[in-house]
Amino acid sequence: MPQAELLPRDLELPFDLRLPRVGAVDAVALEARAADLAKRSIKQEAKLAALDLAVRMIDLTTLEGADTPGKVAALCAKAMRPDPADATVPSVAAVCVYPNLVGVARAKLGDSPVKVASVATAFPSGQSPIEVKLTDVRLALELGADEIDMVIDRGAFLSGRYAKVVDEIVRVKDACGATHLKVILETGELGTYDNVRRASLLAIAAGADFIKTSTGKVSPAATLPVTLCMLEVIRDVHDDTGRVIGMKPAGGIRTAKQAIQYLCVLNETLGPAWLTPDLFRFGASSLLNDVLMQIRKQKTGSYQSGDYFTLD
Amino acid sequence: MADLDRTRVPAAAPLAWEYAPAPESRDVVRFQERYGLFVGGELVDPRSAEWYSTIEPANEDHLADIALAGEEDVDLAVRAARDAFENGWSTLPGSERAKYVFRIARILLERSREFAVAESLNSGKPIKESRDVDVPIAAAHFFYYAGWADKLEYAFPNRRPQPLGVAGQIIPWNFPLLMLAWKIAPALACGNTVVLKPSHTTPLTALLFADACRQAGLPPGVVNIVTGDGRTGAAIVRHPDVDKIAFTGSTGVGKDIQRAIAGTGKRLTLELGGKAANIVFDDAALDQAVEGIVNGIFFNQGEVCCAGSRLLVQESVHEQLIAKLKRRMGTLRVGDPLDKNTDVGAINSREQLERIEELVESGREEGAEIFQPECVLPERGFWHAPTVFTNVAQSYRIAQEEIFGPVLSVLTFRTPEEAVEKANNTAYGLSAGVWTEKGARIFWMAERLRAGVVWGNTFNRFDPASPFGGYKESGFGREGGRHGLEAYLRFE
Repeated sequence: MPQAELLPRDLELPFDLRLPRVGAVDAVALEARAADLAKRSIKQEAKLAALDLAVRMIDLTTLEGADTPGKVAALCAKAMRPDPADATVPSVAAVCVYPNLVGVARAKLGDSPVKVASVATAFPSGQSPIEVKLTDVRLALELGADEIDMVIDRGAFLSGRYAKVVDEIVRVKDACGATHLKVILETGELGTYDNVRRASLLAIAAGADFIKTSTGKVSPAATLPVTLCMLEVIRDVHDDTGRVIGMKPAGGIRTAKQAIQYLCVLNETLGPAWLTPDLFRFGASSLLNDVLMQIRKQKTGSYQSGDYFTLD
Repeated sequence: MADLDRTRVPAAAPLAWEYAPAPESRDVVRFQERYGLFVGGELVDPRSAEWYSTIEPANEDHLADIALAGEEDVDLAVRAARDAFENGWSTLPGSERAKYVFRIARILLERSREFAVAESLNSGKPIKESRDVDVPIAAAHFFYYAGWADKLEYAFPNRRPQPLGVAGQIIPWNFPLLMLAWKIAPALACGNTVVLKPSHTTPLTALLFADACRQAGLPPGVVNIVTGDGRTGAAIVRHPDVDKIAFTGSTGVGKDIQRAIAGTGKRLTLELGGKAANIVFDDAALDQAVEGIVNGIFFNQGEVCCAGSRLLVQESVHEQLIAKLKRRMGTLRVGDPLDKNTDVGAINSREQLERIEELVESGREEGAEIFQPECVLPERGFWHAPTVFTNVAQSYRIAQEEIFGPVLSVLTFRTPEEAVEKANNTAYGLSAGVWTEKGARIFWMAERLRAGVVWGNTFNRFDPASPFGGYKESGFGREGGRHGLEAYLRFE
């Protein structure tokens, strides 16, 4: 079994000796709680506040083989000024692209507040040697990425080689230095909420700044219960160690209604302190236009056709 | 975001996100100014000539005037029921009775918003509960028992099941429509006719149900609804032509009923009080256990006979679990029952609120430590904040007596044997909950817990196919499932 030679000396799972365990998750009750929170009815000014926040939390994403400089440039323009007709709509949090397109995004975004996030570490499968992954990360940083979205080695995780999973995250975090690191668990491949909880704890213990559900390449991607499960881990870690970890559900969040459900789960699990793009992001592409449409509806009282919102 | 200090405690958020009010429209239900008694298929004025006002517990506003049935009124209702029983209903083929019961179920669903709003207005329970629990499960009971009506011979082979006759049914205020369904659906499916008395404080959904019976074309007299108070109930219990009494309510009244009918040959089922233990082991999924605890004691403001009002926690996770529970209680939204985001509504009556307050005071005096989250309670109406007592001894009144309110008492245990001992150490035995990741332990506990229902890693789950009922002072007889048919049949 590979040794985790780079484990820092102070690494501990964030529970004291009184309870040396990962903790369990009950799937039925977890899903019931998520379904219950999804029924919150958010109206009027509370809805507008949520929609505005959702825009500010979006990592506007394109991760296709067909991505080109032109496509990414258009995405960056949209990220900085989502609704050309309404200057009060804020910019999104970041654009998320492959390493090859980081340079284009960096140049286009200039000194705007929109960050450049790059996937790395042999995204999406993570099935490459660690040296390749580290090089992937270093090059993305050199090209100007502000944030790195890495994937864990699910093959190692599912075969019980947790040390390898942790080791890789530690090395990537080391390569990132001060750069913000999001760790993608690919929950759709982990099979159980217990595994999601274990992987979340491993990622956090190894140095993740954010934990993220999915690559968007595997179905199911983000779900409300899996997000709740990960938020509960973040809450336990904060209770026990004071560490503050962010959360990014990604993939499958397409409507403003869904986004508001996620914000309700966040609000009632971690509280208002986490209602900030510093600690919560949506990884999404088509979500933005639906949120823009709902904002316009809230402000004007009527729906407009999709043709009034730019497709990028 | 390199500046993200890894041990920074989150500062106050730039956005305090308050949910705007999201009230369900009360226009979906129109109450009459006054409701007579539903006897022989008609709403009739009471011979007693007495009326009383039923109110909205959330603000004490008047909703409608209700007839107060006296002995003569009860007698007329029983006669109407007897007449319907003798002249058609008891000999109607099961497959035909099933059609009526099925039709009632359909009507309940079709009018579900109306029933849900009426229930929340008159009982004080949150609309999300009346909408998602009370009304759909009430309809499910009618659907379920419609299916049994023509299969009684198969349910009890070679025993020749026969209806009993006229059933007198007396139900409480905590689940007015759902308890009505638990009582009426099996009675009709088995070929009985009924005289039902809803609670004094919550008659309105029963009276809307009377209208649903008319809409379904149910023959007159098969269902009769007499509103009133304890005297009305007593008149039903004492009436010589009633063949069976089914009662859900307090243990005190249950004992009175049993005394009153001793020697009369009337059949009896009682579903009475409870003081259920919700038992959390140290290996349980704690966040989900917290949800189960909250659901166990704050569902319907804790006004539930099977409420998980005693929390037994394994000592090794006590501190952690209580911290999680208190934080979760801080997110409960207490207020307007008609707001779709309300988690905890109004207490049903002033009388009940006073009883809760008296027991809470006794808990303080006996030395338990009280916790209530910050919440602003409305000025009018009957309200009680969600409450948890820690450092509770088994001998305290709050650990022994049924509070029937949003008040939880926490005790600890060390071993599974001790958990069973403490859980069973009560006069009641209606329900219990066990939280553990070990399936074998759930079965081990279920064998030893003297409670009619034992929930494993869940709480307050109801299904018409599952029998429900108590041990000891929680009563006898089962409602729901095939077992529930037996209470309305005799065997030749």
